[in-house]
Amino acid sequence: MAAVESAALAPATGAPQPVVEVRSVSKFYGGGVHALDAVSLEFREGQLTSLLGPSGCGKTTLLKIVAGLIPADGGEVRVKGRSVAGPGPERSFVFQDFALLPWATVLRNAAFGLELRGVPRTRREAVAAAQIAKVGLGGFEHKYPHELSGGMRQRVGLARALAIEADIILMDEPFSAVDEQTRRKFQEDLLELIARERKTFIFVTHSIEEAVYVSDRIALLTPRPGRVSQVIDVAVPRGADRDAIRRHPVYLDMVESIWGGLKQYVE
Amino acid sequence: MQLFGKRVPAAASLLVWALAWEIVGQAGLTALFPPLSSVMVKLAEIVAVPAFWDALALTARTYVTGTAIAIAAGTPIGLLMGRSQVADGLLLPWVNTFTSAPLSAMVPVIMALFGFGETTIVLTVILFAIWIIILDARAGARSISPSLVEMAAAFGATRWQAFSKIYLWAALPEILTGIRLGLIRAVKGVIIGQLLVSVVGFGHMFEIYSSNFLMEHMWALLLVLFALAFLIDALLARIERRIEYFAASRSP
Repeated sequence: MAAVESAALAPATGAPQPVVEVRSVSKFYGGGVHALDAVSLEFREGQLTSLLGPSGCGKTTLLKIVAGLIPADGGEVRVKGRSVAGPGPERSFVFQDFALLPWATVLRNAAFGLELRGVPRTRREAVAAAQIAKVGLGGFEHKYPHELSGGMRQRVGLARALAIEADIILMDEPFSAVDEQTRRKFQEDLLELIARERKTFIFVTHSIEEAVYVSDRIALLTPRPGRVSQVIDVAVPRGADRDAIRRHPVYLDMVESIWGGLKQYVE
Repeated sequence: MQLFGKRVPAAASLLVWALAWEIVGQAGLTALFPPLSSVMVKLAEIVAVPAFWDALALTARTYVTGTAIAIAAGTPIGLLMGRSQVADGLLLPWVNTFTSAPLSAMVPVIMALFGFGETTIVLTVILFAIWIIILDARAGARSISPSLVEMAAAFGATRWQAFSKIYLWAALPEILTGIRLGLIRAVKGVIIGQLLVSVVGFGHMFEIYSSNFLMEHMWALLLVLFALAFLIDALLARIERRIEYFAASRSP
């Protein structure tokens, strides 16, 4: 009902509709910490939006509120027009520390979201195997997480998030626990993934370069209390040569101007 | 162990004490210590008696039943306490009390309620074993990585799925440590239970030997029981070494 209403009221423009809307969400932690102060944001289909800011700005808190993992103290999160209070099958999550089951193989880990939904074994393993191949881990299906590098573990986390065919992928600093070279490869692969899948990506990072490289839009958050200070549309042209992006003047200027804006919040 | 620059096996100290026992026994200083050699002769005699095998069978039966119940009940209770503040608040004071309480004092109460049969001994085994199993399962459940808990929620795990597919496995190393400690305490439980009930099993044998002042019989039976406890402990340590591999490799 609500979905029909908001669709009818929305202006008929070519702009993609917001899939996720955050409406004046606030969050307080014990001890009077004001983590988020009336944050409003929209996230559009087929785009990657980054939540960027220094540590303590509440970006991970905001992502987990969108995921339904922690409750907001004020405001609401709407997914496809419906207000949500908990996790749902249309959203999946990629964790900073991977959150894999150490006692399960790559295949079972990637299929775990489907296992929880009661999908029969042969079907879920077929789906998971396809996703494992897509993230470049073909041949590692029967390895255990401790036999893999950090980067490979995060690929398993990504395969698990993709296997449940959620429309919204929430990523919490997914590349922060992997080494620099692996991170660059990951960022390139993420661009391919965004181009290939029509999904809504919400991506938390503290790296300005990473945000400018992978995002369509960047929401800059400032700390104490956490607020959106600016929403930037990233206009860096992304040609076939992924490395050219990092040398592009627009990319370099944007990194500089974001740094200029955030500098004052860094001790 | 090093002695005069030579390696001596640790078991050699047992020989020294056995020799001391024999000398004290042969000297006839006290009727409480018959020589070890005559105790060993009596041991061979006792082992041949059907009452001994009945007692052994009863001990095995009550031990296995009691520990199985303690594990089956204690593990889920501990996991629940580790994940639910309400359950923890309700149960932790009791678990802590019973973990350090002199449990032997409880056995007469069980006896009064359940009589002088096997049920009482099984309950004594449970009483001795369950608290440490609960505490360790609780510790395991509390140490589960918060991101695994969030993962369960984010991918829509039901409460039952979270427990059976994630928490139980994540807490397994601690659970197994608790089970090992519980099984060792259960050895005390199964012996003390029989001694206090004293009309069945080894307790009955002890009762007969001590009331007739048969010291050789008593020492022989004690040696058997000590050996039994030692055997169970060694067996558990072996199993635990196999599990250590899993414990070390479980952190992602």
